[in-house]
Amino acid sequence: MAVAETGLGRPARPPWYRDVRVMRWVFQAAVVAVIVAVFWRLYSNATSNLRASGLPTGFDFLDRKSRFAIPGLQDSASFTVSRAFIAGYLNTLRVIVVGIPLCTVLGILVGIMRLSDNLVVRAVGTLYVEVFRNVPVLLWIFITYLVLILQNLPALAENVTPFDVFVISNRGVGIPWLNPNASLLTFVGFIGVAMVAVVGVSLWRRRVNEVTGRPSRGGLYGLAAFVVVLAIGNFVAGNALALDPAKIEGRQVSGGLSIFPPYLGLTIALVLYTASHVAEIVRGAIQAIDRGQPEAAQAIALTTFQRYRYVILPQAFRIMIPPLASQFLNLTKNSSLGVAISFVEIASIFQRVSNNATPALQALVVLMFFYLTLSLGISVIANVINRRLSLETRT
Amino acid sequence: MSKMSAGQETVYIAPAPPPGASGGLREVFRDNLFKDLKNGILTLLFGGILAYVALRALLYMFVTARWEVIYNGPLSFYMVGKDFGRTGISYEMLWAGILVAMFTVGIASGLANRSAGPRMSLTSRAAMIGGPLFGVAFILSMTRTITPTILTAAAVAVLMVGSQAGRRVSGVVQRRVGVLMLLLVALSFALITGFDPSNINLFGGLLLTVVVAIAGVSLSFPIGVVMALARRSSFPIIRPIAVGYIELIRGVPLISLLFMGQFAIGFLFPPGANIPGPIPRAIIMITLFSGAYVAEVVRGGLQSVPSGQIEAAKALGLSPLTITREIVLPQALRNSIPALIGQFISLLKDVSLLVIIGLQEMLGIVDVVLARQEFTNQGYTPEAYAFVGAVYWTLCFSMSRAAQRLETRLGVGTR
Repeated sequence: MAVAETGLGRPARPPWYRDVRVMRWVFQAAVVAVIVAVFWRLYSNATSNLRASGLPTGFDFLDRKSRFAIPGLQDSASFTVSRAFIAGYLNTLRVIVVGIPLCTVLGILVGIMRLSDNLVVRAVGTLYVEVFRNVPVLLWIFITYLVLILQNLPALAENVTPFDVFVISNRGVGIPWLNPNASLLTFVGFIGVAMVAVVGVSLWRRRVNEVTGRPSRGGLYGLAAFVVVLAIGNFVAGNALALDPAKIEGRQVSGGLSIFPPYLGLTIALVLYTASHVAEIVRGAIQAIDRGQPEAAQAIALTTFQRYRYVILPQAFRIMIPPLASQFLNLTKNSSLGVAISFVEIASIFQRVSNNATPALQALVVLMFFYLTLSLGISVIANVINRRLSLETRT
Repeated sequence: MSKMSAGQETVYIAPAPPPGASGGLREVFRDNLFKDLKNGILTLLFGGILAYVALRALLYMFVTARWEVIYNGPLSFYMVGKDFGRTGISYEMLWAGILVAMFTVGIASGLANRSAGPRMSLTSRAAMIGGPLFGVAFILSMTRTITPTILTAAAVAVLMVGSQAGRRVSGVVQRRVGVLMLLLVALSFALITGFDPSNINLFGGLLLTVVVAIAGVSLSFPIGVVMALARRSSFPIIRPIAVGYIELIRGVPLISLLFMGQFAIGFLFPPGANIPGPIPRAIIMITLFSGAYVAEVVRGGLQSVPSGQIEAAKALGLSPLTITREIVLPQALRNSIPALIGQFISLLKDVSLLVIIGLQEMLGIVDVVLARQEFTNQGYTPEAYAFVGAVYWTLCFSMSRAAQRLETRLGVGTR
């Protein structure tokens, strides 16, 4: 009726309680008010409870002494809590940095196996995926650590040093690694020179390929250049790049790169479990690309390797990136399960810290902050890669 | 070609004979296994691996493994926990609850499977039936009386009856089927907890795992729907709140939330309040955790609803609330059922983390069993974990296959 009365085609506004433009702000304000009230209540409860039990309400505990030792780090018992958290963060990073590439490679292999036209290869791929995917990752961690490593690897007392440079025992695995006594400058210098050689050689090979049409084989030549330069450098500098062999000292594995059993168990289990998920993503992505592409590749007589390397995988990667990033995130978050086998990563540090009369609430905030930085970092990297790989399309 | 001289005769290559008729066993064998040399080598290599693994597994299962750590007494520990006797719930009541639950699941699957989907291939059908059958047979081989076997068979029968019933319901029953299923779920929950929810504090083993997972996914469902709607809404203040909740929870590991439940949630209650026990606190945290993931699943479902549906509803003059409730949500939720089952499976696996905060679920009960005098320090760890793994595998594998089948039936993403 109000509309009819104005007669100028401009309807009068409805009453405010029926006006969508008003009510949506009223509704939002009400929701925010409820949330703020709940959080304010929780916050005041927390501060009064902390005060009542004599725990600090701030973050001062980060500067106190941690009073627990971290295996593999000298005088870690005198670390402050914040330094212990950083040490745990580095251990978490060690798992991620090794785990993500390994699970990607394994996952791609298994994913391709599941699409093979060979019945047996396909069966092995399916078996792998179905077995690893349907059992909790924590059980895999227990199985690799408690059963495969602690029970099946030989004890340190036995003859466990193949070729005198490796150590394989249930108290740790050692492999020869760069000598920590040589100067950093030597390493950086030689590896830098070798890298320059690799770039030069691959540029030369690409040119050869463009001019003559012969296959460039840049990777192969690059590797050869790298090895040759390092070998010459090693000879010139008087064996400065010699690897440090792993050996047994007392009850410990030392020298070279010694790997503690919990780290080994956690990383192997996470890689095996995550790879089964990655394999499914890879399979889905390969099946999602246009069928004509692999068929055309086959028609121009590319080998299976070339077909995957130049035609299928580059297109599949475009589809794979977002779900893969979420799997990498899962691996990162699952690395917190090291706490169950006393591998000292951040969650373990939290557990040890919270046994020491520190306020659990604030320590938890620190723990979650560290994981959020990791999650955010991985999503940012994934987004950047996704943007670089995505097709330019008109919107 | 252009230089071809006029006198040269064109030579036709005789056409290759048609490839051998496929279908014969020999052709299948050749095409699938020994097409060329490389293929043959691959077959032999992976066949060797497969044979070796199968041999080792079978040898372990039937010869070397000492399964007495499972069947000689503590099987009830793995299934219902150490303190189940103290709840006073009889096994008859527990089984009755399980049968009601199976009937409900059957109805749900019958409702969802109404449309006849594409036929499954023979191999996937064999895997779908054979895998769970093998697992269940293995688990039942650990029992010492015939009763559990009969009751398991009864559960499967009830599931099938429920599925047929769900496929056939119509009219007024179909309109009220949601209420009916809610009632059935409540009845099953009441039977399993012996009409006293605080009995959950005494649960352990598989029972605790399943109860926590079901509680987590069903309590988190409303949170997830609300958060998904909020995240897709046009409210400029509410949307960031939903995004913040979802991304915060998804950015931290579950174990940090469980730690929060054990060490810190007590501080958030008003002073002097009655703080719930460790298992309810874990359920609270798992619900919050699962809510964020369910929200993402439902958001996917919401995105799968064609925008034409909403535009048509707007054209009819429906209010935004009605559009969401009557048009968008029914389609979105239907499309997200397979992903919700997937979410339930991963929650079931995630419940194993409760062992870290000292609860005796499926993994935690292993320590309890191995601490018993007759098993302690005798290296029974592999057998115990193998059994637990088999139980998990059977549950997760059958559910994931069911979800896959449902996905093809519903035709999500293919329309």
